[in-house]
Amino acid sequence: MELTKKNEGQVIIKPPISSVGIPGWIRENLFSSPFNTFLTIIIISILWFSIIPFLKWALIDSSWLPDANCKASGGACWSVISSNYKIILFGFYPQNILWRPITAIFMLVILLFISRNRNYWNAFLGYTWIISLVIMGILLKGGIFGLETVDIQKWGGIILTLLLSVFGLTAAYPLGVFLALGRQSKMPVFKTFCIFYIELIRGVPLISLLFMSSVVFPLFLPEGVSINAILRAQVAIIMFTAAYIAEVVRGGLQGMNKGQFEAADSLGLNYFQTMRLIILPQALKIVIPPSVSILISAFKDTSLVVIIGLYDLLKTTQVTLSEPKWMGFSAEAYIFIAIIYFGCCFFMSNYSRKLEKELDTGL
Amino acid sequence: MKVLKVLAVCITVLAMSTLTMAGTLEDVRAKGWIQAGVNGSLFGFGKADDKGVWRGLDVDSARAVSVAVFGSPDKLKFTPLTAKTRFTALQSGEIDVLFRNCTQTLSRDTALGLDFAVVNYYDGQGFLIPKKLGVKSAKELDGATVCVLPGTTTEMNVADYFRTNGMKMNPVVIEDTAELAKAFFAGRCDCLTSDASQLAGTRAVAPNPDDYMILPDIISKEPLAPAVRHGDNQWKDIVNYSVLAMINAEELGITSKNVDEMLKSKNPKIQRFLGVTKGNGKALGLDEKFAYNIIKMVGNYGEIFERNVGVNTQLGIERGLNALWTDGGLMYSPPFK
Repeated sequence: MELTKKNEGQVIIKPPISSVGIPGWIRENLFSSPFNTFLTIIIISILWFSIIPFLKWALIDSSWLPDANCKASGGACWSVISSNYKIILFGFYPQNILWRPITAIFMLVILLFISRNRNYWNAFLGYTWIISLVIMGILLKGGIFGLETVDIQKWGGIILTLLLSVFGLTAAYPLGVFLALGRQSKMPVFKTFCIFYIELIRGVPLISLLFMSSVVFPLFLPEGVSINAILRAQVAIIMFTAAYIAEVVRGGLQGMNKGQFEAADSLGLNYFQTMRLIILPQALKIVIPPSVSILISAFKDTSLVVIIGLYDLLKTTQVTLSEPKWMGFSAEAYIFIAIIYFGCCFFMSNYSRKLEKELDTGL
Repeated sequence: MKVLKVLAVCITVLAMSTLTMAGTLEDVRAKGWIQAGVNGSLFGFGKADDKGVWRGLDVDSARAVSVAVFGSPDKLKFTPLTAKTRFTALQSGEIDVLFRNCTQTLSRDTALGLDFAVVNYYDGQGFLIPKKLGVKSAKELDGATVCVLPGTTTEMNVADYFRTNGMKMNPVVIEDTAELAKAFFAGRCDCLTSDASQLAGTRAVAPNPDDYMILPDIISKEPLAPAVRHGDNQWKDIVNYSVLAMINAEELGITSKNVDEMLKSKNPKIQRFLGVTKGNGKALGLDEKFAYNIIKMVGNYGEIFERNVGVNTQLGIERGLNALWTDGGLMYSPPFK
């Protein structure tokens, strides 16, 4: 502006309309050279021929209401979800008392959202978690306060998936940290045991652990004792995830500067104080990204319980699809559960990024 | 996986040799329900519907056992099992009886430590083909790509069949029944092989069922029978005669509708069967009215067949081998006396 004042009469020429705004951006970024133009056209046509038919299939030609005539519509058959959502989401849980698992899941989601904010982390929240877990357990299991008892065997669908993953992950993480410390320990027996455990578990696939827990383990039990199949799978998942967490945490421990240990020693802290106050807070912070990716993959791995006949979200969907009426509509059903899985995993990775940012001390 | 299997079998045999089970009947009575192993995802045989109610031929057979022991069809808890976990669940005592469309074979009867009760469905393996393939017999399938489920006797049977007939085949192995059907209808393979009971259901869900046909050749015998642990004879008798009661009732013309009238029948066979003349119940350690209760609450074999897999269901299976012996089938009950 100053320039125009000084040299009166000078005309300011605006850049040509084709090089600013949206047309300018398009020209700059999409059609700047013959090669780029070529790529743009190819990609747009691929999108055109895939997205448009998909939207037409998923939204326009589709049928949504329960018991709609899907074969006639030719589009996506979301009726497979609307007719069967109860069995897909809750398995064999008695359908007249679905408010109980719904309330329990709702409580869990609210608690998770509150716990996202670290400002709320205090003893009160801890007690709230414990009390809420007890209430959730009572809601699901029943048996007191006049609630009808529901066998754990009947828990299915998303209840089972959440049960296996929430308890699996929360129990595996401390166990993993413990094993990582054990592996660094100077006590030979303890150290050998931890190394043996970690290498053994990491050396076998989760499927074989699940098979061991469901097929071989029951045969060792004394007569008349049988441990619930869900509990057996739960223990297998915890053991498996813990071994992986342990190795990740070990990476964090080894990344710590030797000076940190020496500083702790010079302050006269004992081993537990050193670990709790100085080493672990820093080491665990470093390993947030890899731990979260292990937790996410562990969450998805819970769907492997399909092979031992537990009715998690994936299995209940498959059961629904085995009904002749719905046999052809697996794509719709799998899209539905993919959205659920994505939602949960996205929550976890989103939270880990938030946590990293908050804990960033520039080290 | 192979090592694991061998290990599992070794341990199983070891466990079976040292294990002495208490009578299942007492156990079941003490806990108040029967834990039945079922398929869980096989329409027509064992599967929960969209209300969570268990339905199927195997499920109804299990209900008959529950009626025989407790006088109620609902004293049952179902454990859905996969093809791989079914036998261990029985051996380890996790379930009391296995009703999971399980083929009776010599090795399962002996080495696995099981006892099979009476066959409740005679199945056999066949082929489903698109009509445009222009094949009239399974013998003409040389060089065909075959859609097949893994891990069951099906896969082995079809390989044996092609080898013995000097034909080549390209198997397309897909783990899940629904996905297998989808692959077949999409043209991934020339034919689909499975138990005949499944083929009818698969054909029924085709985009256009008239484009497909089931070949007349049946290449294997698949007698599907309930199983119990080896050596528990009283419990096996109970399972056996609960299923046989349904077959016998059909032979005698007793249905769930006319069973009350039949109580007044003068026919000594019917009187003995329904417990009007006492003796059968005591011999089995059950209520004298057990057969009456089964027919009243569950139905005779013809009724449960038509209800679950018969021509008016989506599976649309003819009685065929599963008709009574008097109608040219194999269903035959020893006398109830």
